[in-house]
Amino acid sequence: MMSSRDAILGKIRSVTAAGGDDSKRHEAVEDRLLNHPSGTIPARAQLKPKAQIELFCQQAEAVQTSVGHVKSYASVPKAVADYLREHNLPAEFRMGMDERLNDLSWDKAGALEVKSGPSDGNDLIGVSHAFGGIAETGTLLMLSGEDNPTTVNFLPETHIVVLKAGDIVGDYEALWSEVRTKFGAGEMPRTVNWVTGPSRSGDIQQTMLLGAHGPRSLHIIVVDG
Amino acid sequence: MAHKVALFVTCLVDLFRPTVGFATIKLLEDAGCDVVVPPAQTCCGQPAYNSGDREDTIAIAQQLIKTFEPYDYVVAPSGSCAAMIKKHYPGLFTDDEAWQARAQALSDKTFELVSFLSDVLKVENIDAKLDKNVTYHDSCSGLRELGISAQPRKLLASVEGLSLSEMKDSDVCCGFGGTFCVKYSDISNAIVSKKTDNIANSGADMLLAGDLGCLMNMAGKLKRQGSNIEVRHVAEVLADMTDGPAIAEAKK
Amino acid sequence: MTQIITTSNFKSNARTALDDKNLQKALTHVERGFIGKRRSAMDALPEFDQLRDNARDIKNHTLENLDLYLEAYEEKVTKSGGKVHWAADAEEARNQILKICRDVGAKTVTKGKSMIAEEIGINDFLEENKIEPIETDLGEYIIQLRGETPSHIIAPAVHVLKEQVEEDFRRVHTHLPEARNLEEPESLLDEARKVLREKFLNADVGITGANFLIAETGTSVIVTNEGNGDLTQILPKVHIVLASIEKITPTLEDVSQILRVLARSATGQDMSVYTTFSTGPRREGDPDGPEEYHVILLDNGRSNMIGSEFQDMLRCIRCGSCMNHCPVYHAVGGHAYGWVYPGPMGAVLTPSLMGIKDGGQLPNASTFCGRCEAVCPMRIPLPKMMRSWREREFEKHLNPSLQRWGLKAWAYFAKRPKLYHLAMSFAIPVLSKIGWKKGRIKSLPFAGGWTKYRDLPAPESRTFQQQWAQREALKQEAK
Repeated sequence: MMSSRDAILGKIRSVTAAGGDDSKRHEAVEDRLLNHPSGTIPARAQLKPKAQIELFCQQAEAVQTSVGHVKSYASVPKAVADYLREHNLPAEFRMGMDERLNDLSWDKAGALEVKSGPSDGNDLIGVSHAFGGIAETGTLLMLSGEDNPTTVNFLPETHIVVLKAGDIVGDYEALWSEVRTKFGAGEMPRTVNWVTGPSRSGDIQQTMLLGAHGPRSLHIIVVDG
Repeated sequence: MAHKVALFVTCLVDLFRPTVGFATIKLLEDAGCDVVVPPAQTCCGQPAYNSGDREDTIAIAQQLIKTFEPYDYVVAPSGSCAAMIKKHYPGLFTDDEAWQARAQALSDKTFELVSFLSDVLKVENIDAKLDKNVTYHDSCSGLRELGISAQPRKLLASVEGLSLSEMKDSDVCCGFGGTFCVKYSDISNAIVSKKTDNIANSGADMLLAGDLGCLMNMAGKLKRQGSNIEVRHVAEVLADMTDGPAIAEAKK
Repeated sequence: MTQIITTSNFKSNARTALDDKNLQKALTHVERGFIGKRRSAMDALPEFDQLRDNARDIKNHTLENLDLYLEAYEEKVTKSGGKVHWAADAEEARNQILKICRDVGAKTVTKGKSMIAEEIGINDFLEENKIEPIETDLGEYIIQLRGETPSHIIAPAVHVLKEQVEEDFRRVHTHLPEARNLEEPESLLDEARKVLREKFLNADVGITGANFLIAETGTSVIVTNEGNGDLTQILPKVHIVLASIEKITPTLEDVSQILRVLARSATGQDMSVYTTFSTGPRREGDPDGPEEYHVILLDNGRSNMIGSEFQDMLRCIRCGSCMNHCPVYHAVGGHAYGWVYPGPMGAVLTPSLMGIKDGGQLPNASTFCGRCEAVCPMRIPLPKMMRSWREREFEKHLNPSLQRWGLKAWAYFAKRPKLYHLAMSFAIPVLSKIGWKKGRIKSLPFAGGWTKYRDLPAPESRTFQQQWAQREALKQEAK
């Protein structure tokens, strides 16, 4: 008996390959997969780097994300501690192994307790480092792995994301090219998350409410230096 | 030389509202056209086309093409009938090159009345008077297939004494849909009821539109609800021919 | 909650829906909640229409080469450690899922929102096999509690009022204190979050749908606002992606083009909150993520659409914009359509998947107002395809014979102008006389469909053609 795979592909091919010589189709497909043409990039985010950072923050705030700025990584722990205190949150959080965060002196910024590794659902607060930011829509791009476990993006009630200003680009396509540089063409980490604001749902009477299953609040700390 | 314009009066205007036909002729003649009414016309074929009866649609289309192809322009006081010829006829003849060319040629010179006046004849002002507050419903085919929206509003604005109060959702279907309104009368009724609510809430004392099917549907519902709002085809107002009874009203 | 297909009863379903006061109230949220937001999002992006063209072209190119992209995709999934299962129909897909669940001894399965899961009726099947399926999208969770099916493809519980949700939560969440306040949507959302969090953490298998499958990288993409899809797929040992074959899209760039029109068309957001790209199972060194990654690639009738007049329908990205703008959907809601896919996209897709004999009502229940096509981000000619279904129905003599004969009789006259005008010159003055007094007619034999709800405007007097002929004759005489 023919496998479902062969049956499905065969049926499609009876139409798509009906023209006879199939080499043109193969070429077109290989070409597209290899060269991944970009299409239309909205002019909105084609700006100078400084303006791009401003647009990113503006777009993030438009989707109920809060944004803070620090001059250098050294100031991140204090910014986190301040945010937690201002929001009456406990001074402890979950974080992965990202060196840019792990090397910081968290203990000096008040009695911050850092729990390392993925979240098991018992953390109120998670801290991550983003791979980049997309100005067009105020979107964060997060990569899975030991450095920034995906569970930290979703399980805590509050998610604080550190983002280097220099990692903010205009559009999605610009970040894809950086993902390709890091992982190789056609390769992806297990999970790439685009995050545009805190979790929400409009499922009850089409009224948007924050804090469905993911974080209720999302705070971005942009490291300007 | 004056444009030789053939009037495709449409079956509903022919049968139910001849005034719209005469108003159309007046508007075209005032704009300098030489108007002809070919007698061998019936319907554009939409009832068959939208019921899936392609064979009869093609026969009706061929007959209409033959009747109207000798003229410079074909003008109809209906967005949906004009769109049928303009947007759908060529697609009926994908297997017949000769007929497709004829259908395309007719398509190129067929227009809905108000857009013809405005876009082709470049009419800017209309010599008409009406002391009424009107609201305008955008019939679907005219709006979405032919892009008719600004033209009637612009011409109405030049009618002396007339003011326009836009209704909410003027671009939403009235629920007519040709045979839909009888095949699915319950749903059609729900849709037209929303429409008449919006018409009433606009505060206007007259409803205008460019398609008689939609107008009969909305007028029929308004009158069933006991409304005093007058219903007319936009051509009647533009041609200053509003002395006779409105749609679904008795002679005074 | 056994799924009963009632598509062939569309007309009576619609009648019931029109009489349902709660439903009618809930449906006002569709018009209020989606249309204006889509418009603002679209207006804020000057390139929107260009992106729609690009999105259409990308999908057309993909469909013309679907076999090649499917093979490229499968190769990539396999390379990343995942497994692709090809399912010709719903039954095969159900069995593949059951086998994966049984192999890991699964007792509970969490589910992200997936229309394909509805299409294959996976919940009933898992329950029959003693595995508990748990819907995690808030809307899906609500309707699962109610024993209902979704009535909208992106807002499954759009037909439910908050008071009804409160009733359901009190009925099912009996472990929570009775005195709690559940009056506002906020408290309902909060309660669902708490209840479902436990389920997420304890599930053995997570099933999600996919908005896209990327051939370039072997990646599945899901788009959500709640984050439920993510918790569904990162916490359990096994992640099953359930997707139909037309979800294939060539590259990351192509997906990015289409994503720019998806959320804007669906909810009027520039981008949904979570867009997640998943490639294979947990990697070496990964501290979280599923240990197994399976993709069920479902055909279920779609390969028959390739090369047919319905191929364009396979471009659909399930944004729901067509139903959000449909006057018929606004009137009757999604359940009247009787199966998984409501609104204009359902009116085309349902007969493609279940056949025109059972699905034939749907493409007929349209005024052809064209608003669906006008807003479709993928520029799918929905009215044209509904008409194609009507043509097939007509060819097969499946429409009611009275309708058919009426149409044929009318066409007989319409094709013969002289006879037509002669007949009308008798009939119209008679009709005009009937309505002479009021200018309208309240009831008329054979016109009950019209006069049940509205008056029939009476013809003015004689036909235009009669009057015109007379005028022309007088002009000739005068000369």
